[in-house]
Amino acid sequence: MNKVIIIDDEPLARSVVREYLQAHPQLEIVQECGDGFEGVKAIQQQQPSLIFLDIQMPKITGFEMLELLENPPAVIFTTAFDEYAIRAFEAHAVDYLLKPFNQDRFDRAIAKWMEKKAKPEEASATAELLDTAGLSPAQRQRIVVRNGSKIKIISVQDVWFLEAADDYVKIHTAEGYFLKNKTMTHFEQALDPQHFVRSHRSYIVNVQQITRIDPYEKDNHVAILRSGAKVPVSRTGYSKLKEVLGL
Amino acid sequence: MALSPLSVIRFRIIFILCWLIIAADQAMLLHFFGLNWQTAALDTLISNGLLLGACLLVMLVLRYYLPRGQQYINVFALCLLLTIIWLLLSKGLLKWILGDVSGYTLLLYNSLSIRFSMAFLLLGFITMVSILWYSQLEQKEQEERKKDAEKLAREAELFKLRQQLQPHFLFNSLNSINALIGSRPQEARKMVQQLSDFLRGTIKKDETQWVTLSEELQYLELYLDIEKVRFGNRLSTAISVPAEAGALRLPALLLQPIVENAIKFGLYDTIGETVIRLTAVAENKQLIITVTNPFDPETSSPKQGTGFGLKSVQRRLYLLFARNDLVQTEASDHTFITRVQIPQPE
Repeated sequence: MNKVIIIDDEPLARSVVREYLQAHPQLEIVQECGDGFEGVKAIQQQQPSLIFLDIQMPKITGFEMLELLENPPAVIFTTAFDEYAIRAFEAHAVDYLLKPFNQDRFDRAIAKWMEKKAKPEEASATAELLDTAGLSPAQRQRIVVRNGSKIKIISVQDVWFLEAADDYVKIHTAEGYFLKNKTMTHFEQALDPQHFVRSHRSYIVNVQQITRIDPYEKDNHVAILRSGAKVPVSRTGYSKLKEVLGL
Repeated sequence: MALSPLSVIRFRIIFILCWLIIAADQAMLLHFFGLNWQTAALDTLISNGLLLGACLLVMLVLRYYLPRGQQYINVFALCLLLTIIWLLLSKGLLKWILGDVSGYTLLLYNSLSIRFSMAFLLLGFITMVSILWYSQLEQKEQEERKKDAEKLAREAELFKLRQQLQPHFLFNSLNSINALIGSRPQEARKMVQQLSDFLRGTIKKDETQWVTLSEELQYLELYLDIEKVRFGNRLSTAISVPAEAGALRLPALLLQPIVENAIKFGLYDTIGETVIRLTAVAENKQLIITVTNPFDPETSSPKQGTGFGLKSVQRRLYLLFARNDLVQTEASDHTFITRVQIPQPE
């Protein structure tokens, strides 16, 4: 038996999926959720093998919800219209269903998933998909993180700087730091380059937080932030900063 | 502010030339009547200098106050009054300065009536030219505004088709209908009807037309019914409009984008039930509509609430009333408030 979770904020949209799933008795709906917060909780508890996920939902989007999961399950997106998203994950999603869709189209999506499941080497499809989605033209205005069971939405203006920490990135803010399972390269590409500069191999700094840049040892600099925090600046980082600051 | 006619260099040159000709004429005339050149020149300088001041004053007044219809009598009175003041002033000054010159006082008294009529004619002429100039400017500005309004109405129409036949709204509604067909065919049929009526209303209505608030609310109701089917129990609305406010008028299709903005903001920023409140009152010959939605101050700035929908409403009202303060938003605690004032047509 394969566990399935449906996540969509419109009850009728969930009921369509439920109805179409009746034709697939090997799939069992273990839960239905109306927003991403519920979704995260349900996925952690139930460990489903497949989720149906809407993109535009209250508080956090479907993409943001997936980012909060350590090992996201296989995803079939169900969305009304999202041009950029479609382009972004065309190559990698298990499938995406454009609302309204019929039983035929739905069955094909399920078939596709079964096929992929049979070939475990493609199991990382969702992770890849997410990295691509980060490159979508809409730049990040906020970062969603999970702190224990609490979900926090950080507006990018409130970020002081980002610091690489093994497989994670530490996001430093006035409220302390939050961990996010992403790469520095991901953030370097997803954040507005006019405001966020990779000042060092392991640091991305919010330019608006910088009060001054002091020389530090030979060839290196250090950026002093408004909060007093110090961020290392390498030689290449220094020239990038100078360019953005117009020096 | 409208520019004075003297801001155009060509007019300024003509104005100065005319003045020199008139002054020269007067000086020659006075000389002809027996004054020596020096006295004639001094007389000309003083009286025409004062008249120049009066002319500039008229132009300045008309720049800020353009008479309409019945008020032309005021302008006539103003000219007359200015001429009298000018006459008394120049008479006093001339007599004081040139009174000692033999024969001058007599000539001055004899010429008073001529001086008066000349000055009155000149002031009247300047006034007429100024009125023509400023009303032409005003008309041009009005025409431009009208042209802008028409252009925006066209754009709005296209936008409306895109926005209200907006993919998200349309496809999600179709998806809901698709769901209802399986389980509750009667309701599916009802929703198809509502969606059709709503779309028909959108296409049929003319943006420049004024409708009563009650009419606009009927149309809004169609939209709200569809959204309520989509979002189920999460969305509820509380509309309270007293009869006297319902009879007031507003530009067609103005309300729906405001409510749509509130719904989007409310539904996507909070979890759980969202109540959208709409109240309307008549106040000082104005229709005041207030729409509120909940939001979460921790995760979103109220700025996000003023999306494109509100901007287009603000722009439309600006084009109609030349006022930018008719749409106001305010965030208090967990509530976002949109307040729209609509001045009533006479």
